[in-house]
Amino acid sequence: MNLIPIEYYLILSAFMFAVGVTGVLIRKNAIVVFMCIELMLNSGNLALVAFSSYMGSSAGQIFVFFVMTVAAAEAAVGLAIIIAIFRNKLTVNIDEINIFKW
Amino acid sequence: MNIYDIVFYLFAAITLASAFVVVTARNIIYSAFSLLFTFFGIAGLYVLLGADFIAVVQLMVYVGGILVLILFGVMLTNKITSVQIKTGTLQVIPAILGTALMAGVLIKIFTGTNWHSQMAQYPTKTTAYALGHILLTDYVLIFELLGILLLIALIGAATIARKEEKAS
Repeated sequence: MNLIPIEYYLILSAFMFAVGVTGVLIRKNAIVVFMCIELMLNSGNLALVAFSSYMGSSAGQIFVFFVMTVAAAEAAVGLAIIIAIFRNKLTVNIDEINIFKW
Repeated sequence: MNIYDIVFYLFAAITLASAFVVVTARNIIYSAFSLLFTFFGIAGLYVLLGADFIAVVQLMVYVGGILVLILFGVMLTNKITSVQIKTGTLQVIPAILGTALMAGVLIKIFTGTNWHSQMAQYPTKTTAYALGHILLTDYVLIFELLGILLLIALIGAATIARKEEKAS
């Protein structure tokens, strides 16, 4: 029988989310920012699966499916945007992409 | 300390350590490959939680799909000849202070709440049957909408990423 309290999973999820937010804030490369967004989505998924499993209901795992689908769509479109920007600006450092600044 | 505790701490350590490497590595390739270990660790935790089907989907979608896509992104946006594959960081101290505060608040909430802190019933058979049943009865509208979303994302990604044709 699994005796790990649910708080352990939630605390791990909180730490992973904090690491992902830190990465989004401090990294310059847009692709690393992307990976950190995936980290945050994964930590949310972990919390959802933990809740679903400790509640004895499968509904939480359905939402994990939805999050994974949206993550896949986001990765495809986002990388396409990054490649389009790279073709025009020849860089993916987000502090050098300032064409909206005036 | 039984076998569940050992497995939990092992996978949690793998996940957190490789997540730190994702954020701190100077080389993007190292970040991408340690993201692989993060996804594997999360999949192991899913198995420990009794969500076997989600664990397999995690491996197939994240490791097989998204990670390969990210690696393609790395290779397409870094000129291999001019070794400019390292990147820097900025605003480290304020970011770490802010996220430490956020993590503290989250953990305070998580530990202060009185959860139903006992696993309901460890599933003895696969969860795929129950998941498929719920997905095609209660959540069928969202299921269809996600199909349309994926189609739109596919078309949009192909449209954005292709080379622009010369307007004649």
